[in-house]
Amino acid sequence: MNAPVRRLSLLVGALFAALLVSTTLIQYVFAADLNARPDNRRTLLATYARERGEILVGQTPVAKSVPTDDEFKYLRVYDKGPLYAHVTGFYSFYGAVGGLEQAEDALLSGASDKLFYRRVSDLFTGRRPQGATIETTLDAAVQKAASDGLGDRPGAAVAIDPTTGAILAMVSHPTFDPNLVAGHNLATVDKNYQALTKDPSRPLVNRAIGGDLYPPGSAFKVVTAAAALSSGSFTPESELPGGAELDLPLTDTPLPNHDNQPCSPSGTVTLKQALVVSCNPAFGEVGLKIGADALREQAAKFGFGDTLNIPMRVTPSSVPAELNAPQLAQSAIGQYDVRVTPLQMAMVAAGVANKGVVMKPYLVQSVIGSDLSVIETAEPTELSQAVTPEVAAQLTDMMVATVEKGTGTRAQIDGVKVAGKTGTAEHGAGRKAHAWFIAFAPAENPSIAVAVIVEDAAAAGSETGGGAVAAPIARSMIEARLNR
Amino acid sequence: MSIISSVAPRSGRTTELILLLGAVGIVGLAYVNLGLATSGTLPPGLVAVGVGYLAVSLAFHVVLRWKAKYADPLILPIVTLLNGLGLVMIHRVDIARGREIADGVALRQLMWSALAVAIATAVLFALRDHRLLRRYTWIAGVAGFALLLLPLMPIIGNSEYGSRIWIRLGPLSFQPGEVAKLLLAAFFAGYLVQTRDALSLAGRRILGLTLPRARDLGPILIAWLASLSVLVFERDLGSSLLFFGLFVAMLYVATERVSWIAIGMGLFVAGAYLAYLTFGHVQTRVLLWLHTFSPEALQTSDQLAKGLMGMAAGGMIGTGIGRGRPDLTYLAESDFIVPSFGEELGMIGLFAILALYALLVERGLRTSLGTRDGFGKLLAAGLSFSMALQCFVVVGGVTRVIPLTGLTMPFMSAGGSSLLANWTLVAILLRISDHARRPVPDAQETSAVGAAHTQVVRLP
Repeated sequence: MNAPVRRLSLLVGALFAALLVSTTLIQYVFAADLNARPDNRRTLLATYARERGEILVGQTPVAKSVPTDDEFKYLRVYDKGPLYAHVTGFYSFYGAVGGLEQAEDALLSGASDKLFYRRVSDLFTGRRPQGATIETTLDAAVQKAASDGLGDRPGAAVAIDPTTGAILAMVSHPTFDPNLVAGHNLATVDKNYQALTKDPSRPLVNRAIGGDLYPPGSAFKVVTAAAALSSGSFTPESELPGGAELDLPLTDTPLPNHDNQPCSPSGTVTLKQALVVSCNPAFGEVGLKIGADALREQAAKFGFGDTLNIPMRVTPSSVPAELNAPQLAQSAIGQYDVRVTPLQMAMVAAGVANKGVVMKPYLVQSVIGSDLSVIETAEPTELSQAVTPEVAAQLTDMMVATVEKGTGTRAQIDGVKVAGKTGTAEHGAGRKAHAWFIAFAPAENPSIAVAVIVEDAAAAGSETGGGAVAAPIARSMIEARLNR
Repeated sequence: MSIISSVAPRSGRTTELILLLGAVGIVGLAYVNLGLATSGTLPPGLVAVGVGYLAVSLAFHVVLRWKAKYADPLILPIVTLLNGLGLVMIHRVDIARGREIADGVALRQLMWSALAVAIATAVLFALRDHRLLRRYTWIAGVAGFALLLLPLMPIIGNSEYGSRIWIRLGPLSFQPGEVAKLLLAAFFAGYLVQTRDALSLAGRRILGLTLPRARDLGPILIAWLASLSVLVFERDLGSSLLFFGLFVAMLYVATERVSWIAIGMGLFVAGAYLAYLTFGHVQTRVLLWLHTFSPEALQTSDQLAKGLMGMAAGGMIGTGIGRGRPDLTYLAESDFIVPSFGEELGMIGLFAILALYALLVERGLRTSLGTRDGFGKLLAAGLSFSMALQCFVVVGGVTRVIPLTGLTMPFMSAGGSSLLANWTLVAILLRISDHARRPVPDAQETSAVGAAHTQVVRLP
């Protein structure tokens, strides 16, 4: 009977081998899939049990994990939640949603490969893994000025350091309180989250870098002027038609000035004067002269069409591809289908401010490991050379004049030379226009470039709208940056 | 005359002692580890528990020295280690569920373990020679089948977790299948050693396979019907597979005839398929097995899914004892104790545990090979194989090799009946192995011819 017993032992070996295979499949081969299942409570608890890194503005955490007594171990808390909501996003049962929470989830949670050595040492020491801290580029004072300035009005405000691309402020209104959706009571969180997603004012959308995008209106004339000066056919002193309207080819509808009044009594204006008073017929003419390609190329040099990650994804701004003559003239004054993010318009101002060089915008200054070692530091990088330094100087001069004696007088600051451009973007008949203002200061040595939009805030047909509503917000942001 | 001095054969008891100390040490380490991981302090009563566990295992060791000097030296340390690890994991689940020691499952399991060890030593004392069991072949057979089918009785039979494999008498509940396994192995061994000649020699050759005569098919058909009724009426695929597999394996060992395996497997597959077509609860089990994560399956039961996610959470090296969440799985201390180990000790830890079981089975089969009498051979092979099959059914069930069943992992899962039965099984194996490894008395003392046949069984 020994032979069958030996064969039986082979069968036993096969049975155990099958178990080793099945165990390997579950615990190694398909483990990641099983762990990634949305109904996997262990994964949820494990991610919560990890001390997530902080998000800092200056030295102050605007998102942090505080220990709790419940089974989730840590609660994500957002001090000044609404002020930084679109920067932080939130961390909830839905995972990391929006903002830096989502974009830098791997680092904050500690799962990133950049924290590899740290994780290996955690493995052997049995220390609970901890996420890295994200230090933002934001300037708390500028952020607050932007938010206070917008108040209850929907809109967005962005400020960047033109020399580096560091984002100093990013505000989108209406905002929300991330704490409402970061709690540990699933029912409450779910109710709050549903309310936020269904809110018609769409508070979850970060209008500064995404959403439906805005028409830039006359603020786009800076780009048109840049294209004109760069083409070599124009100087700031070039004479342009400055009547109440501009006849356009292919159509009987002329391009009217914003207030239907001539830009100057003589009926002609210089390019510089045209920017100062935001003369539509003059810029329509410039557009027709330089052509759609030149306009599009100039816009692209300022960053239009680029997909940026700051690290959140920025929706690319765009100038339409096919333009006939009337559409080109409309586009040259920032109407028709030109669509921009407030961040893009801040980059336009920053490009002019930085001697024509557009820096790549970024929101993360540095990443700090839980042992306080610096894992990453931002390196300012050039995105493009939008205009030559000479053209940048000419544009600066024109924008300074706009604030000194043109449509942007509300942005004046005593003792500081502010360069700016207003915009009043119409978006549909019978609706109030969006008020725009882009600016940088101090003009001779800029340290801040801003773009502000207030939705539906200006009476259509009045270029003072942008100046009246948006310029004061930009001014207070600049003042906050310059400590005034 | 040649100078041949016989060297005293090694009993292996010293090896056993060293391994036993190691086993108790590992269990103690796991217990300390658990305390540090869950509360940051050494567990309460560490010294008392450790010394107690050591004392019980040493007592068993001493009994072996005394009563079964040549018993296999690996079996006791392996079982001690498995039992101890099981205790630690049960205690770990107690902690996670917030149960105090006094009313925890672990304390009950500890008492059952002590009782099981006491009974096992009693078996070693009472059973001086395993061949005595042959006298009770038919009693064991009747008792085994009765126990197997007992849960079907009204009043005392009790359904739990979808399987009717419990009997309940007042506050006591008992899974009789575990004891039935022992009794049936003894019955099969006794029965087959008697009838093996008829079952193995008679028959016709068809297609290179020697098929038995029709009238010799009786026993296998009875075993088949019994196992099918377990499957259908007790809704327990695991027990059904265990008993029928045990019978077929022992039949094969007794007759050395491959045709019995073919017939047996054919019968089982046909029966199981028939049951699948006919009975809804079998279909549910199969659905849960093949489509564990489908919405319909999850609606019925997410137990298996949770166990799998637990194992996946452990990954290759595990979370560490006390650092996972095995309590998120139902029955984490009994039927699903293997996923609990998978989660906290990882794939590597589970491999080690499976290797321990495989080693235990291997020692049993080796005992079978070394035994000189047919009954002992069959019994040792049957007991060892039943353990292997049970491991396969349990671990295969929670890792989706076969449909999930209600069996418990020997020595580890919480449950008194399982502990008693399996420690008794070990005692019998130890007894047989003592017999197998005991040196044959010198040739001068017995005639060289047919020593095995004339050996006298000394009765007390």
